[in-house]
Amino acid sequence: MLDFFLGHYAYWFVVILMCVGLYGILFKKNLVKKTIGLAIFQVSVVLYFVSIASKWGATVPVKDSNIPVEQVANYLNPLPHTLMLTAIVVGVATLGVAFTLLMAIYNRYGTLDEQELLEKIQ
Amino acid sequence: MRRQEESPIVLLGSRLLSPYIMLFGLYVIFFGHYSPGGGFQGGTLLAASILLIRLAGGRRVSRLQIQEFATTPLAVFGVIIYFATGLVAMIMGGYFLDYEMLPFTGMEPAMVRYWGILIIEVGIGLAVMAILVMIYDNMVKGEDYA
Amino acid sequence: MIYAASDLPYRGDPDNLMHAEESITGTEVVGSYVIQEAYKDAKTPNIVTVILGDYRSVDTFGEQVVVFTAGLITILILRSRRRQI
Repeated sequence: MLDFFLGHYAYWFVVILMCVGLYGILFKKNLVKKTIGLAIFQVSVVLYFVSIASKWGATVPVKDSNIPVEQVANYLNPLPHTLMLTAIVVGVATLGVAFTLLMAIYNRYGTLDEQELLEKIQ
Repeated sequence: MRRQEESPIVLLGSRLLSPYIMLFGLYVIFFGHYSPGGGFQGGTLLAASILLIRLAGGRRVSRLQIQEFATTPLAVFGVIIYFATGLVAMIMGGYFLDYEMLPFTGMEPAMVRYWGILIIEVGIGLAVMAILVMIYDNMVKGEDYA
Repeated sequence: MIYAASDLPYRGDPDNLMHAEESITGTEVVGSYVIQEAYKDAKTPNIVTVILGDYRSVDTFGEQVVVFTAGLITILILRSRRRQI
């Protein structure tokens, strides 16, 4: 039972973060809080990919002189780390564009609430 | 927009700290071959050191460090470095971004790839730094049109 | 969703399907090929940088275009409106 708990607690943490992000997107009425929920969701997906690629008794994918490179079991799989670098930068760019659009909405309509916006557009 | 009082303690602390962060960012870019790091991480650290001064001192003080119109040419320059290595590699034969055909003389093909990756990391770091500072500058300038 | 997460294999298990040295159908896996050939190809100890800069450099170029476009959008949206003459 303890083995089952120790093997899975990382995934449960990521699931809790994902649920917090989803709650922020669905149930909050302010537009800025929805954007923050989106950011939390992106971070949880990155954490999930990085936590999958871990292995006992292996080291960082940087070649060391003392550890021979011919046995592949000594090194971690470098592919998820590489793809997550790209994912983080794309997330930052998306957040920048989202906040710029929010500023343009505020300059035009004067409010950032969801219900008042729907009434002012019609 | 109401102008708040700027506290001198925060300004002094960030003025002491900002050059060291910039130096560490340059170290992370150039040691991307031997330790975890590389282009994106170093570019973000460099942008953090510039944004610290802009947040602590307001616009009048930080205009002495990097002007506001100078970030756009820097960003374009960073992307052009990346594209130029790809075009030079394609002109000399071989496909796009093939580093073995770059015109370095007297080296074995594996070392030419080493220098090709180094040039690309410098270009990435420069572009990422300029673009992050540019996003912040445009967001601060655009909030006065209310 | 916690029930679905309990079905995943243990974290850090070396017998995981993620760290298999050979694929299910018997062909070579990308991870083991890259770890063995990275130093001979580029003389660089950092394997992640070699993948990002040499084997998958077109992905990194596309990402630069994405970040550059995001920076251009902030200029184009927040321009001043000179309508009152």
